[in-house]
Amino acid sequence: MANPVLVLGEHLRGVLSDITGELLAAGRRLADSCGAPLHAVLLGKDAAALAPGMKLADQVWVAEQAEFDMAAPQVVAAALQALIEQTQASLTLIGGTNVSMGVGTIVSARTGLPFVNFCRSLAFEGGLIKVTSQLFGGKILADVMLADGRGVLSLSPGAFPAGAPPNRPAPALERVRLPVASTPVSFERFIEPDCGDVDITKQSTLVAVGRGIQSQDNLELAEQLAAALGGAVCASRPVIDQGWLPLSRQVGKSGMTVRPRLYLALGISGAPEHWEGMQGSQCIVAVNTDPRAPVFDGAHYGAVADAVELLPLLTEKVKSRRS
Amino acid sequence: MNVFVLLKMVPDTVEDLEIGADGKSLDAETLRYRTSDPDEHAVEQAILLKERHGGTVTVAALGSPEVEDALFLALAKGADRAVKIQWEAPSGGSRGAAQAFAAYLRKAAPSLPADSLVLVRSQAFDDLDGEIGPLLAESLGMPYLGVVTGVLPEGGQVRVVREFSGGLRGEFRVSMPAVLGIQSADKPPRYVPFAKVKAVQKSAAIAVEECAATHPDAGLVVSALRKPEATGRAQLFEGAPEEIAEQLVEVLQKNNLL
Repeated sequence: MANPVLVLGEHLRGVLSDITGELLAAGRRLADSCGAPLHAVLLGKDAAALAPGMKLADQVWVAEQAEFDMAAPQVVAAALQALIEQTQASLTLIGGTNVSMGVGTIVSARTGLPFVNFCRSLAFEGGLIKVTSQLFGGKILADVMLADGRGVLSLSPGAFPAGAPPNRPAPALERVRLPVASTPVSFERFIEPDCGDVDITKQSTLVAVGRGIQSQDNLELAEQLAAALGGAVCASRPVIDQGWLPLSRQVGKSGMTVRPRLYLALGISGAPEHWEGMQGSQCIVAVNTDPRAPVFDGAHYGAVADAVELLPLLTEKVKSRRS
Repeated sequence: MNVFVLLKMVPDTVEDLEIGADGKSLDAETLRYRTSDPDEHAVEQAILLKERHGGTVTVAALGSPEVEDALFLALAKGADRAVKIQWEAPSGGSRGAAQAFAAYLRKAAPSLPADSLVLVRSQAFDDLDGEIGPLLAESLGMPYLGVVTGVLPEGGQVRVVREFSGGLRGEFRVSMPAVLGIQSADKPPRYVPFAKVKAVQKSAAIAVEECAATHPDAGLVVSALRKPEATGRAQLFEGAPEEIAEQLVEVLQKNNLL
């Protein structure tokens, strides 16, 4: 039997992250196609309680050591490295999330195994592992080959649907003690999200603005359209980083995940980090001056136009139709 | 404090990215480079640290045609030293970049003072073979934390805020010297009038250092680059802005979204 595929189970505050289900789904398909077992590992004091949620794995390693709770990436990487050596795992799958960012790179640096970031598809073809990664804000795809079938992969959230929980017996659970690397990094406390004046996750209509809104003054135009539609304004990272809107209005990897009935993406290119937070919207309408913006590949409706120019026209027409 | 900011320029995606004749890399002739957003924030965070807590800021950037503009801008914002790193890395990947940065730091500061911070971008869209920060930290034997959105010095340590998801953040303590991957500074990057940048270009100089990447091969083989095929492409409305607005609102009404 081929060497195992290993998944790093990600969890935060006692709950398995969505990415863990996606990693297991991707790992299961890959393991089946190359006749390998699927292993997974959970690190942290109460990790064993999360193992039943990992049914797609054949075996779950559990290291119930408090030192791994909120540990620095170098600490997680050292533990993972030890388990890769113990299991002789061929491929290790890690979430391309903020929580796990850095871990795969460090494991790769220490083991010499190749690391591939931003993975969106995996295939076992003619004895080789072929990975496709999305680069440059979604504008280019790179096909990468892992010649000897070994490596560490960071999988983009949302690229590998988890599907329904499988009707399988609970996986074998193996308790293990993994080495704890010493590091001068310590976790102090969580800083809770500030929900702000509007909870954008509860809105059925969102007017989202990106770099294409050009200036803080133009936000008023988006507010007027949102008011006409009975929704709220949210934004992609560049707008938040400029300080034009509070963190509570950010949609994407670091911000909120939203699933409104209508998501109007105005002057947003649709980089993977943003797409991650709004892909579940029922109807996506995109307006961007760049006809090649990735946002048009996933939106339902769109127009190649200047959002700032279009906004007052939309507001006026929405108002007249609603009245 | 002694802060180093290390920059790696990225292709400007406002331009159309063309794939080179080898089918495996971007066409260097048509590429234009710019400073990545997290790199801009790393510079801002360094200047903020200097303003609030004193010390010096050195900004070093891997050579590319547009890099001098980025370095003069950093000087105009308040950096003390600007360095252009001449490097050779066939793949231009993060691994090679981290090795060139490590070589530069070993040369510039053979033993980093205890109050030193090295700031790099947390992640950028060209990090196919890994993030620069953890690679550099591993190479220098220093601690690392990424996705950082705030840095506050306290004794020989820094309090660091890092992002998780859904607006949740965490506060960590990190002993210096350390490598931090900056996602965003705790204030938006400052605006500098063009005249000030021009003045700096006349009065200040950029140092040049040769720093080779030692083993830039990450062990992965890019077999092809391609542009994504449009799948489920949006139904696009065309015409004058007035006509586009009319069609968009029409389709919203048809879908009971008004």
